[in-house]
Amino acid sequence: MKKVYGSAAEALDGLLTDDMLIAAGGFGLCGIPELLLGAIKDSGVKGLTFASNNAGVDDFGIGILLQTKQVKKMISSYVGENAEFMRQYLAGELEVEFNPQGTLAERMRAGGCGIPGFYTKTGVGTQIAEGKEHKDFDGQTYIMERGIVADLAIVKAWKADATGNLVFRKTARNFNPPAAMCGKVCVVEVEEIVPTGSLEPDSIHLPGVYVHRIIQGEHEKRIEQRTTRKKESA
Amino acid sequence: MAGTQKGWDRNQMAARAAQELQDGWYVNLGIGIPTLVSNYIPDGIEVTLQSENGMLGMGAFPIEGEEDADLINAGKQTITELPQTAFFDSATSFGMIRGGKIAMAILGAMEVAENGDLANWMIPGKLIKGMGGAMDLVAGVQRVVVVMDHANKHGESKVLKACTLPLTGAAVVDRIITNLGVLDVVEGGLRIVECATDVTMDELRAATEATIVD
Repeated sequence: MKKVYGSAAEALDGLLTDDMLIAAGGFGLCGIPELLLGAIKDSGVKGLTFASNNAGVDDFGIGILLQTKQVKKMISSYVGENAEFMRQYLAGELEVEFNPQGTLAERMRAGGCGIPGFYTKTGVGTQIAEGKEHKDFDGQTYIMERGIVADLAIVKAWKADATGNLVFRKTARNFNPPAAMCGKVCVVEVEEIVPTGSLEPDSIHLPGVYVHRIIQGEHEKRIEQRTTRKKESA
Repeated sequence: MAGTQKGWDRNQMAARAAQELQDGWYVNLGIGIPTLVSNYIPDGIEVTLQSENGMLGMGAFPIEGEEDADLINAGKQTITELPQTAFFDSATSFGMIRGGKIAMAILGAMEVAENGDLANWMIPGKLIKGMGGAMDLVAGVQRVVVVMDHANKHGESKVLKACTLPLTGAAVVDRIITNLGVLDVVEGGLRIVECATDVTMDELRAATEATIVD
């Protein structure tokens, strides 16, 4: 059972096909699988659909795959930070399916848990509900949303052991666990692979059963909105 | 615009919205004026701020040089943690929102209708960026308070009989706080709770397209 690979390209070898559905972790630029996205770009695979909360910025995150026109469709909740994305979207070159953020997260979690659909109040009475099954429970109306099962999940964690047990750091956890769970295959990039047995079993955020391949690498970890206060006001 | 209009300015609206908070509540604040509410939390009231990207217990912006790329709020701004902070994934985050564990969301709006309908995510024909977590929040939290200017930049009421824009949520708003005052969504329309400083009842009624009930 070898899960640790030498590079992002090696870890993705044999997993990429045109027109596949990829679930990606991250919120904005926080906790995105930047190394794996780079390797997907280099592979030249195209016609991709991404289930990802956001679409990166022009030169970072999924944005780098938009520049090379490798993305056919985005399933996202918010995409406002990317000029090339907007150009392709307005030109009709890129399809976008907007999902409410919690619905997208739950679709991934459900897909990974063997739940093909679930009912939620989110979006009832809005455009999101059009064409979806409505059902009343206890006097309230809900709509059915489908679980997502992705061909591939790409995820960023802080630490992993060689068996794929993962620990995330602060708000960089975000969509990474649900994205990992919904992949038929899940490839993870981490800042550090630690010896098996060194992670506290009670403190593991995602167990290795969800993780198939792991790489360690240097991360840029770009900040999208740098906001600070002066030291005096501390 | 906020500085020149009648009634409360942005900070006064935020201060008024902070009066809605109750001790022990878990609260989600939207982007814009709602973010300012955290500056006016009354003494003796302890509230925990939720950030839907996966955090309870949001702290202030970091001191210069201490920014952490792994620690941001839902507006993607760098922030800090507090002693009681907890982190979790996005599915868990929206689980607590959808499950009604978050007591209140305070958020901005483009339009609110007298039946509590809320529109704040898209304008047909204009660039659509997405709803983010707004649809989940308004459908899931216990109480929804909208804080916004009473009129749009053309001077037209944003407090309407019916929303003209695509909805974020149907019949979800409980209370509206604008520069002109505070209105509650009740049976048959809106009830005036309070007028802003130097605003009369008649002025508030005249500026409001929605039905006002007594």
